[in-house]
Amino acid sequence: MLPSPIQVIEALIMEFPILIQHSVITLTEAFIGLLAGISLGFLAAVLMDQFDGLYKALYPLMVLTQTIPTVAIAPLLVLWFGYEMAPKVILIVITTFFPIAVGLLNGFKSADKDSMNMLRAMGAGRWQIFRHIKFPGAMSEFFAGVRIAASYAVVGAVISEWLGGFKGLGVYMTRVKQAFSFDKMFAVIFLISVISLLLMKGVDFLQKKCMPWEKEN
Amino acid sequence: MAVLEVKDISKSFDEEQIINHISIELHEGEIVSLLGVSGGGKTTLFNIIAGLSLPDEGSVWIDNEDVTGKPGNVSYMLQKDLLLPYRTILDNVALPLMIRGMKKKEAREKAAPYFAEFGLDGTEKKYPAQLSGGMKQRAALLRTYLFSKKVALLDEPFSALDMLTKQSMHEWYLDVMEKIKLSTLFITHDIDEAVLLSDRIYLLTGKPGEITKEIAIRELKSRTQDFKLTEEFLQYKKEILNHLSGEETI
Repeated sequence: MLPSPIQVIEALIMEFPILIQHSVITLTEAFIGLLAGISLGFLAAVLMDQFDGLYKALYPLMVLTQTIPTVAIAPLLVLWFGYEMAPKVILIVITTFFPIAVGLLNGFKSADKDSMNMLRAMGAGRWQIFRHIKFPGAMSEFFAGVRIAASYAVVGAVISEWLGGFKGLGVYMTRVKQAFSFDKMFAVIFLISVISLLLMKGVDFLQKKCMPWEKEN
Repeated sequence: MAVLEVKDISKSFDEEQIINHISIELHEGEIVSLLGVSGGGKTTLFNIIAGLSLPDEGSVWIDNEDVTGKPGNVSYMLQKDLLLPYRTILDNVALPLMIRGMKKKEAREKAAPYFAEFGLDGTEKKYPAQLSGGMKQRAALLRTYLFSKKVALLDEPFSALDMLTKQSMHEWYLDVMEKIKLSTLFITHDIDEAVLLSDRIYLLTGKPGEITKEIAIRELKSRTQDFKLTEEFLQYKKEILNHLSGEETI
């Protein structure tokens, strides 16, 4: 039942071409979901920051959505949206939206009051204050959110594939599990970890590129 | 001609009066200090002049135009440099030009020539964290100057610096002011600083804060640190100290 590391590596090499095909599907879902989640989270954070009423109305709801276990809504999404990509992407959007929106909101809300006053005294409007102070000031929080969201996205894609689909690492996982091929099972778990790690490294790289002032210190 | 006129300003917070009937005049090219203890309403007055808050009574005029409660006319500089950590010094300094709607490239081109004059050569592409406290304040003053060449409001700009840096900043400041002739209202609690740098000094005392004395410093404009060692300097200082201790009611 517990394969040796060598068996796992052998399985990984043997199955590699097939695993790549499945990975492409899973990664596509993860990317689309992540991008949509980031965009939506960004939009929500900006609106909630600018309009206090919206913040008070939406924030508790947003927290509430995070208390619903992913595994519980995934089957519903399959029932509603079928076996194609749509339910997977939606699930990823639901899970990645939160860390982005909350991270950004915290960043916006903790913007330096004195700097904002200075810009106001210079005659800056709301939008200029956002552009010059709030947005760049929230970059580290934003990237912290993206890093979490990136790993959520991969895991979310795999979970939603378990529950129904034709291709993808999650589908592959259920198949090898049913065939009791534990070596392959471990191989795919290993692969998913590697993909998540690479994605997080990618986010770190992006952050360094977008925040050149950080490394200068 | 008065560039800045503060007319009869009073303000209270929560039933407590902070400043009482304050009037100040600032003429073109003049450096005028407002000297008073911390918590004496200097910052309240400052925010009113900057247009960030409204007075209960009175008005603020710049170039004979009523600007009470209207931000965007006076630029200011604080003890905190408020340079944005994610912008290079050049982009920080050019910020007020961009706020006024100038394109980034144009704003940079307009700001760059002043770096030499302000002793900021070679810092254009650096980030604020790479600069010393004194250099950051220089950049902050340049930003203030680029925002408005008319009136600047300086709120204890050098008080966070150590004594030696402060001294060299004073020399630098007098030198730069000689060149740019920026009309400045300088808020401070440091008597030496006020006497050294200003043409006139208003003393803000009591609770609520009122202007109880005005002193003109009649020395030559081209002052140096040596001025601080002269008899005249000590006379001014004595006059101020006497007045402050006489006025003390708390």
